[in-house]
Amino acid sequence: MSAESTLLYLDGVSVSFDGFKALRGLSLVMMPGEMRAIIGPNGAGKTTMMDVITGKTRPDTGTILFEGDTDLTRLREAAIANLGIGRKFQRPTVFEPHTVWDNLELALKAPRRPLKTLTYAISRDDRARIEEILDITRLSALRSRQAGSLSHGQKQWLEIGMLLAQDPKLLLVDEPVAGMTDAETEQTAELLCSIAGKHSVIVVEHDMSFVRALGVKVTVLAEGSVLAEGSLDAVSANQQVIDTYLGR
Amino acid sequence: MLLRFFLMGLDRKAGIVLTILAFLAVAVPVLTLWVPADSPFHLSVFTVSLLGKYLCFALLALALDLVWGYCGILSLGHAAFFALGGYAMGMYLMRQIGPRGVYGNPVLPDFMVFLNWKELPWYWLGFDHFWFAALMVLVVPGALAFAFGWFAFRSRVTGVYLSIITQALTFALLLAFFRNDMGFGGNNGLTDFKDILGYDIQADTTRVVLFVATVAALALSYMIASGVIGSKLGKVLVALRDAESRVRFMGYDTESYKLFAWTLSACMAGVAGALYVPQVGIINPSEFAPASSIEAVIWVAVGGRGTLAGAILGAVLVNMGKSYFTGALPELWLFALGGLFVAVTLFLPKGLLGLGAQLKAKLPGRKASPLPNAQTANQATGQTAGQKGA
Repeated sequence: MSAESTLLYLDGVSVSFDGFKALRGLSLVMMPGEMRAIIGPNGAGKTTMMDVITGKTRPDTGTILFEGDTDLTRLREAAIANLGIGRKFQRPTVFEPHTVWDNLELALKAPRRPLKTLTYAISRDDRARIEEILDITRLSALRSRQAGSLSHGQKQWLEIGMLLAQDPKLLLVDEPVAGMTDAETEQTAELLCSIAGKHSVIVVEHDMSFVRALGVKVTVLAEGSVLAEGSLDAVSANQQVIDTYLGR
Repeated sequence: MLLRFFLMGLDRKAGIVLTILAFLAVAVPVLTLWVPADSPFHLSVFTVSLLGKYLCFALLALALDLVWGYCGILSLGHAAFFALGGYAMGMYLMRQIGPRGVYGNPVLPDFMVFLNWKELPWYWLGFDHFWFAALMVLVVPGALAFAFGWFAFRSRVTGVYLSIITQALTFALLLAFFRNDMGFGGNNGLTDFKDILGYDIQADTTRVVLFVATVAALALSYMIASGVIGSKLGKVLVALRDAESRVRFMGYDTESYKLFAWTLSACMAGVAGALYVPQVGIINPSEFAPASSIEAVIWVAVGGRGTLAGAILGAVLVNMGKSYFTGALPELWLFALGGLFVAVTLFLPKGLLGLGAQLKAKLPGRKASPLPNAQTANQATGQTAGQKGA
């Protein structure tokens, strides 16, 4: 398959840490606007895959292309983020001393150079955009609360809201519903589905009912490479997948 | 735009700080120069210079708080920038002595004549002009900080490792400035100053003007620092202090943010040193001693880091204590200082300025504010996030 029309193109990506092969020849293709769920047992390389895409870890071998022509393996984290790749970590990381509003303002797509931020004054458009995101993430009433005082679920939403504010082309979401109540999980699935379409989304998740609620194409990782790909029902019926999950 | 920038940082706390400084700038000259010497309200020139010295330290503390309190960079070498600014000013004052030195050489300072040097080293050229020296007060510490920060931040050196190399930096400079061959007066440093901008440096009026200049520099630096903190850039700094890698994944080049604050802070420290030297009358390599930088850290911790005003308060109070102790019980001062640091770390994690909030939270019958808890939780996660990023 040619890389040209793709949003993200990983081919033969390998990473090892002190001899441990975290990724072995991982290949994955994402089309613009697509939403994809990635599942796999612990140590399958899910988080490492996020790390190599966002520049946190350099792959030993392999190709990673964004929008068909930008080689991500040569760029630093900030440059990759500015291309339009946003990442949500497993543990919610919001800026706790700042208010909910300030968290969103920091994330909002705007010039990122120090001299630009030193003289930044919020515009009417920016204000409206933040209001809109507060609305989507149901945090309007909490806008002047310190982010550190939010509940776990609210922090997760704030972080998703921050990703929306960044307006990335591709969103990488690592275990968004870990530690959430059932109701929160359901709302989060709705939230992610409403994002998809405008943005491409990769969701890494353990929670099968959540993956089912998303209803998207699933990629199963195991031992650093792709084991199976398809609808959730199809991969659940795959004998190899059953063996990897249950035969551990 | 500039006005908006300064207004951004103005809050109630800034109002109080600036009012006190304005009061000092008016009251001190009046009490020294116009109140008769036999009046109980008269301030001696000695006291004025002492207060001036405290305020120079306050400016150093303010500079340190900008990087430690808001970017999480614990510098154990900030006195190096202070001393470099001091040396730049000292070099100007040396050149002003002219033929009035012991050896009467119109160009060479005494120590160079003593070392049998025949001409002025190239790096002393230009220091006979005040404007050039004033420029160097900013440029030399700023350039060193920029170069140091460029390499350290790009290599992602953080936390205790960064602290250690800042300490190494000031120690290396200490050793270098001790050498006579460096051309900065070696062990004795630069002293015996005669006049500044044509005015007798010992005169009462000059001393008072130097004090007022120090107050003005402190006020201006405070306004710049709180303007920076109040801007979006300041919010990025606080964010990267607690979760640097998260800020990076948001597309901010965190290294250049740290470099900006670090260089600005070094320039402020340089100005503090430059104002310090004419008021105490000497600059020598002991200013580079690691202990000086560590003392500055204690001032900030005592006042409350990440508050700006606390840094000023801490520097003044600790130095008043030092003046008293080193006079009354000289052998106990270092123990008192060490004890103070331990006590503040244990009982006043937010320093004297945080005391109010701390008491409020503990008072029974009052609804505890959620702030202190959120703060500690945040510190904990900030640390793990920092480790993750390392």
